[in-house]
Amino acid sequence: MNGNTALHRLIGAVVAAVLAVLSPNAVLAQGGFAGLGQGGEGFALPKPNPTFAFPEDHGAHPDYRIEWWYLTATLEAQDGTPYGIQWTLFRSALTPEGPQVWMGHMGVTTPDTHHSGERLARGGIGQAGVEPAPFQAWIDDWSMTGPDLSNLTLTATGPTASYDLDFAATGPLVFHGDNGFSVKSASGQASYYYTQPFYEVSGTLHLPDGPVEVTGQGWLDREWSSQPLEDDQEGWDWFSLHLEDGHKLMAFQLRGGTPYTYASWITPDGTLTPYQNQGVTLTPLATADVADRDVPVRWRLELPDRGLDVTVEAVNPDSWQSTLFPYWEGPVTATGSHPARGYLEMTGYE
Amino acid sequence: MTRAALQALLSHWRRHPLQMLTLVIGLALATGLWIGVQAINAQARASYDQAAATLDQDSLPRITGDLTLSDFVRARRAGLQVTPVIDERLPRTRLRLLGIDPFTAPPSPATPTLTGEGDLTAFLTGDLIFVASDAIDALPGGLPEARVLDDLAPGVVLADIATAQAIRGTDALSHMLILGDTPTDLETILPGAAVEPPQTGTDVARLTDSFHLNLTAFGLLAFAVGLFIVHAAIGLAFEQRRPLFRTLRALGLSSRRLTILLAVELTAFTLLGGTLGIVLGYLVAAALLPGVAATLVGLYGASVAGGLTLSPLWWLSGFAMSGIGLALAGGQSLWQLARLPVLAPAMPRAWARARAATIRRQAVGGLALLLISALFAIFGEGLAAGFACLAALLVGAALLLPPVLVAALDLGAQRARGPIGQWLWADTRQQVPGLSLALMALLLALAANVGVGTMVGSFRTTFTGWLDQRLASELYLTASDQAQAADLLDAIDGRVDAILPIVSAEITLQGAPAEVYGVADHPTYRENWPLLDAQPGLWEQLAAGEGVLINEQAARRYDLWPGAQANLGDAGTWNVLGVYSDYGNPRGQAILGLAAFDAAFPDAPRLRYALRIPKDAAPDLQDDLAARFDLSPQQIVNQAQIKAFSLSVFEQTFAVTAALNVLTLGVAAFALWASLTTLAGMRLPQIAPVWALGLTRRRLALADLGRALALAGATALLAVPVGVVLAWVLLAVVNVQAFGWRLPLLVDPSGWGWLGLWALVAAGLAAAFPAWRLWRLPPAHLVQVFAHER
Repeated sequence: MNGNTALHRLIGAVVAAVLAVLSPNAVLAQGGFAGLGQGGEGFALPKPNPTFAFPEDHGAHPDYRIEWWYLTATLEAQDGTPYGIQWTLFRSALTPEGPQVWMGHMGVTTPDTHHSGERLARGGIGQAGVEPAPFQAWIDDWSMTGPDLSNLTLTATGPTASYDLDFAATGPLVFHGDNGFSVKSASGQASYYYTQPFYEVSGTLHLPDGPVEVTGQGWLDREWSSQPLEDDQEGWDWFSLHLEDGHKLMAFQLRGGTPYTYASWITPDGTLTPYQNQGVTLTPLATADVADRDVPVRWRLELPDRGLDVTVEAVNPDSWQSTLFPYWEGPVTATGSHPARGYLEMTGYE
Repeated sequence: MTRAALQALLSHWRRHPLQMLTLVIGLALATGLWIGVQAINAQARASYDQAAATLDQDSLPRITGDLTLSDFVRARRAGLQVTPVIDERLPRTRLRLLGIDPFTAPPSPATPTLTGEGDLTAFLTGDLIFVASDAIDALPGGLPEARVLDDLAPGVVLADIATAQAIRGTDALSHMLILGDTPTDLETILPGAAVEPPQTGTDVARLTDSFHLNLTAFGLLAFAVGLFIVHAAIGLAFEQRRPLFRTLRALGLSSRRLTILLAVELTAFTLLGGTLGIVLGYLVAAALLPGVAATLVGLYGASVAGGLTLSPLWWLSGFAMSGIGLALAGGQSLWQLARLPVLAPAMPRAWARARAATIRRQAVGGLALLLISALFAIFGEGLAAGFACLAALLVGAALLLPPVLVAALDLGAQRARGPIGQWLWADTRQQVPGLSLALMALLLALAANVGVGTMVGSFRTTFTGWLDQRLASELYLTASDQAQAADLLDAIDGRVDAILPIVSAEITLQGAPAEVYGVADHPTYRENWPLLDAQPGLWEQLAAGEGVLINEQAARRYDLWPGAQANLGDAGTWNVLGVYSDYGNPRGQAILGLAAFDAAFPDAPRLRYALRIPKDAAPDLQDDLAARFDLSPQQIVNQAQIKAFSLSVFEQTFAVTAALNVLTLGVAAFALWASLTTLAGMRLPQIAPVWALGLTRRRLALADLGRALALAGATALLAVPVGVVLAWVLLAVVNVQAFGWRLPLLVDPSGWGWLGLWALVAAGLAAAFPAWRLWRLPPAHLVQVFAHER
């Protein structure tokens, strides 16, 4: 059946709404989809110097336009084969008092293949949601279940792959930007943003060739906001790295007319140093032809303040999330001054 | 040689342009009417398929049961890939309300553009719905903003699932479609639910089958009548060219090559006639489609898109029908030609003698077919048997026409006085074989006219009377919700003679979907309800909850007559107290006493009321209530409006039939004209001697005209009994099988009179030109006859 049909368009609008913050694609940001370029009138706005209350803030914040629970893990089988998984639950409020829409994405990456899955649900009927305590986030039969955020059981089933994994945190939550107030542009767009980067992961991937036992490291991002990005910001590149020396590094850049960079340097005990629009340089070194686009799959990442200069390379250049609104998301390996494993997300490449 | 032969053959058409015109027009008419009917049917079926394919419902299995959105969530969280669907009638309309969950529904042919600011939100919050372009005017009041969506199947109203639940006032789902694997452990996830296979054939397609069969039968009739014309024209062209064939053969053209050349000629005519036929078919279909669409939506609630598409298949089928027509009409001539001895003389006498044998065979065949028809009528089961009965009756009657006419003419000849009179009778008798095909066409057209006219007349009379009985109350009121209903009842308290609630619920009757109504014990029903069969004390027993009334359709379908037990599913098993007529409703229906209904369906909303009030006070109350409660026109309707609407639906239903009737009669007149023109040329050798004996051309021409009128009149006389029998078959056999009700046969002699007159006019017009030509024929032509060695 024709892919560009009504429901796809409708869902496309929802997806665009959810991804508008992630990927302020010029067209989408012009208000073409459900008026998302119009700003967050009526929604609550992130304010500086936030005070978080847990476990409540692990749950949903329906008065903010957009929110996600974003879990990635770099994994390894006993034979040394690298793998990566993604599990994401997006929440989007169409209007301040109006309908809530939920979207789940899953991905499983092997060196040769990439499997993705997608679920959509309306809010208010229990098909998808998040409970802070005991912690539970779900859409359909996909779930991320606590008792709390430090101990999670993760499951998701896509058309061609699925996984059952356990996550155990060995360190504290860390708060990006100014204690969790994360600025996204020179003109001040911002979100609340904190991370649990210290998960030890173990479990099973169910691949077409059979189950694979894996272990590795996981990273959970929690972020919510109401403001889309600048109209001329056309996409972003986001890195999360588990350095071999126990440090963690998060870095992103927003591309386009008014580029913006950010990095968080996290010590093994959880102390975070922000680098706000200065100090970090992300340079594409090589592109690959992915889904008929040129996507950078090898990067140079420099943070001179920490003496860091690494080359980051995709485990599988074809880590394409062929969801209704497609993007690149997959595990990476870093070599150079600080060897590391991690995850890379890239949006807005046409 | 080939080239010269072809030129010689084609020169015939150059010298006889009228004959060529006859052939092409006949072919085009036959093909065109058939194609037109097929196009209408195809369009309707495409609409049904589009409706069934909405949401892929025709290819996805479904979960049924007592389902709500909680069950949907339970299924999704258990890993079942399902999507909830509400697929019901939009209350108080004939529209189809489709409620979907846009997040889990499969891609749909519907393409709402929800990209406008706030559209998606409005759809989800129930402030925006989409409707098919044909449905926008039929929407009742009180609905959210409706936007036309062209790709939506006809008659569909598309809403978010929650909006659809609110519109229907219930949280029930119709079913859930299964998008992934069919679950094996459904019983543990959703106890009581069941998996059903995809619904490929819709109810609508089944319901309307009979209607389309009707149209197809008409199309075939028109095709057959058109073929009479083609047969006459081709037969004549071959007959007239016999000397030419002989000459060509004598000059050395092989029989094989001659046959091939003529086959090529026929193919050319096929292409020409086919092309014209397709154009004509398109015009016929385009002209009739609105009527057909109105009929289908009126009778069955089946919506059909109004636009026609000219597909390549049309062209192919047009040429195919045209080719089949020519093969049927010209094949015999071609076959005879291929076996023609080189110097075979034209053998008019032998031909005539063969005709005598033919007439005997026709008599035997006709009687046999009438017998077969009677057997079908008595022992046949199903709609196909009904139509077989019709076909055998019509063909049998047509075959019997020449023998009956010949017998009548023989009788007349015995009584004729004077040489001229005797010659007239004998000459007419001599012409019967040549005219028989055209007269058969006329008989078929007239009989169809009488039959269908009688059926429509009977239906109209019965239906009007039934409406009067059924719509006994003066005003019909529908509240938007329970609260408004209470306010309305307060407002009319004391202003009306009686308030009769109309409550209904969906049930199963003998296992099939049906509806049940609850009626109050009131003289309105006792005095007016159109009962076909009743037990004594029926209304007392109904009010006491001792039984149920069943509509005629259900009574015939399940053999539920008074004394039988009717199984109403959840509502239990009841004694059948009576059977009432319920025309226009394809579904089964039952009526319970109000108390019994309320006990069985305590949750059924009480929103509709029939109000008894003096007739002249009705309009005032109607206006007053509409203004005070902001009621839409659909919410408060008076009896006269409903009757007018019902009758207009009825008129639409048969407008198509009437149009096809007129077309068939026109085609038959054309066939008669073609035959008479043909005969006029061939009869010169018979007329010339009479002319030489002193009869003027004027008298001869008048005699020809009179003869044509007499033959048409006789045919019309014979058509009346055939038509009445046809009407009986339609009313008592086909109607019962197709619709489930039987109507009384009400004859309409004045209608027959008019029809006879039209037949005479048609015959007169058809005969006028040949007669006029005879009158104006140069005497030299008549003299020449004696110079030819015939």
